[in-house]
Amino acid sequence: MPPDQAQEQEQHQPAHRQPVVTPSRVAAGICLIAPFVALLWVGSYSRQTPTFIGIPFFYWYQLAWVPVAAALTYTAYVLVRREERLRKGGAGR
Amino acid sequence: MKNDVNGVALGVFIFFFLAVTVMGFLAARWRRAENALHLDEWGLGGRSFGTWVTWFLLGGDLYTAYTFVAVPAAIYGAGASGFFAVPYTIVAYPLVFLFLPRLWSVSHKHGYVTSSDFIRGRFGSKALSVAVALTGIVATMPYIALQLVGIQAVLDVLGVGGGHSTNWFVKDLPLLIAFGVLAAYTYSSGLRAPALIAFVKDALIYIVIAVAIIYIPYKLGGFDDIFHKAGTAYAVTNPATGKPRGSLTVAPQAQWAYATLAMGSAMALFLYPHSVTAVLSGKSRNVIRRNTTILPLYSLMLGLLAMLGFMAVADGVGKGIKGYNAQLAIPQLFENIFPSWFAGIAFAAIGIGALVPAAIMSIAAANLFTRNIYKDLFRPNASPAEETRVSKIVSLVVKVGALVFVLSMDKTVAINFQLLGGIWILQTVPTIVGGLFTRWFHRWALLAGWAAGMAYGTWKAYDQSSPTQAHFGGNSDTIPWIGKIGYIGLTAFVLNLAVAVVLTLVLRALRAPAGTDETSLSDYTVEAGEQGVAAELPEPAGA
Repeated sequence: MPPDQAQEQEQHQPAHRQPVVTPSRVAAGICLIAPFVALLWVGSYSRQTPTFIGIPFFYWYQLAWVPVAAALTYTAYVLVRREERLRKGGAGR
Repeated sequence: MKNDVNGVALGVFIFFFLAVTVMGFLAARWRRAENALHLDEWGLGGRSFGTWVTWFLLGGDLYTAYTFVAVPAAIYGAGASGFFAVPYTIVAYPLVFLFLPRLWSVSHKHGYVTSSDFIRGRFGSKALSVAVALTGIVATMPYIALQLVGIQAVLDVLGVGGGHSTNWFVKDLPLLIAFGVLAAYTYSSGLRAPALIAFVKDALIYIVIAVAIIYIPYKLGGFDDIFHKAGTAYAVTNPATGKPRGSLTVAPQAQWAYATLAMGSAMALFLYPHSVTAVLSGKSRNVIRRNTTILPLYSLMLGLLAMLGFMAVADGVGKGIKGYNAQLAIPQLFENIFPSWFAGIAFAAIGIGALVPAAIMSIAAANLFTRNIYKDLFRPNASPAEETRVSKIVSLVVKVGALVFVLSMDKTVAINFQLLGGIWILQTVPTIVGGLFTRWFHRWALLAGWAAGMAYGTWKAYDQSSPTQAHFGGNSDTIPWIGKIGYIGLTAFVLNLAVAVVLTLVLRALRAPAGTDETSLSDYTVEAGEQGVAAELPEPAGA
């Protein structure tokens, strides 16, 4: 898949030999940003219902974000590692 | 109930405490390197830890008395607002993922042991690197103090010294003894002691959490009952303030504080000298990343432990006692509900869980002092043996400093210790994180921004009063222009960044001399095993 030109132009980072913004990096970025949006927007979850085994929504919702955030970070890790390997392989040969 | 010595619990507690102390001394022999007098050896454990040991190390200093005592106590005191620690630890990992691998790479490429080493290399500015080092040392002290408050809470509930004793020396003696033990084994074995003990600590903590989170709700009649009772207790109006004690959700006017506390704490977390030490002791760049994917396990524990605050309320801990010290709530809950022998194990988990981070923190602060203040300013030709000797002495001094904090400051809201440290350490973000990604910032502008942030943050924190304290009574204040209440540390950080950006533009326009940058673009992405990367031991410092 070719890099998305529109997304590339949005970023004002210096250009190197290889493009800085690639689809997998964008995907990794979204994975990493999602927890911030969800958890820092306190108004979206500051309520008591629905409860889960007697725990108000406010608490179990945030706890539920722990595994979700871990999975997202892991996804980002896989994406970034794969890309780094490709880059290093490309530069070495 | 109170102030009777619980013999069984005390016995179990002492047993684990002694076992850990012995392990600490033995740790000095674990994977021993050729030259134990080398600072890298004492202070970074030879930099040869893999994913799991690094994980335990990181966990060892992330989840501490803060987790076991301060956060549940905050919840016990005010309800939902104390739960910010959970989003804090969740958003910390994406942040780590973004900048710590770069710090690992550049440090292993150039043999940096501290973040100040990196700043000196990146910006060629001694003033800036000393500023970062001083900030790290100062910010670590209240954090260590928090650990001591945790130990003291346990000993208090165990009936050793504590609240109603008349003689200050008798009252604080157990604390001083625990402290001496910690100091001694840290002094003799460096980072290896806490790394090994971290295993014991985490095992204990996992057991205690598993039991606490199943057994206590069961004894208290389930979460429905717990939250119902807690909700009723929080709704009671406090006659002193005329406001309800707390709430089960965060009201709109408090949501900015909740979010900024979470964000600010997350940004601060990995800039503490001890977190940097733990990160740099990882074997490879990918160990760091892999770690960020398993560290959230700790967040789950933190969240479950935080809810113990509600359980303490539901159990009626401290009910009707005027001026009850909220820090005692969790140990007291354990003593009320668990059989004595298991209460002893739980107390050991808290006690050791406070000792390990205290050791790691003081070592890291000592490393900072030796490398970036002592060597850079006074003795550039110090030998590795001399560096190690100075570090060991400073690690004791830092602990004593923290002890002074505990003995002289109000400790009923222990979480404030950590948040105070956070205000200071956050002021190194523009320099360190900025420096990892760009060299656009001018060194003098960063220094000015740092000074502005430190001054503003300290002044605002000093200004906060609470019912028990005239100064340093809180860590949130009105954010200028926005008009909401928010974490002072984050406000000061924004001010810091704004000053740095504006002055950088000015200084660049004036063509003020930038320092030499000894790093190159590719240094920030190198992995272990590549050319010129020290995976195990960097070049001897000063040799």
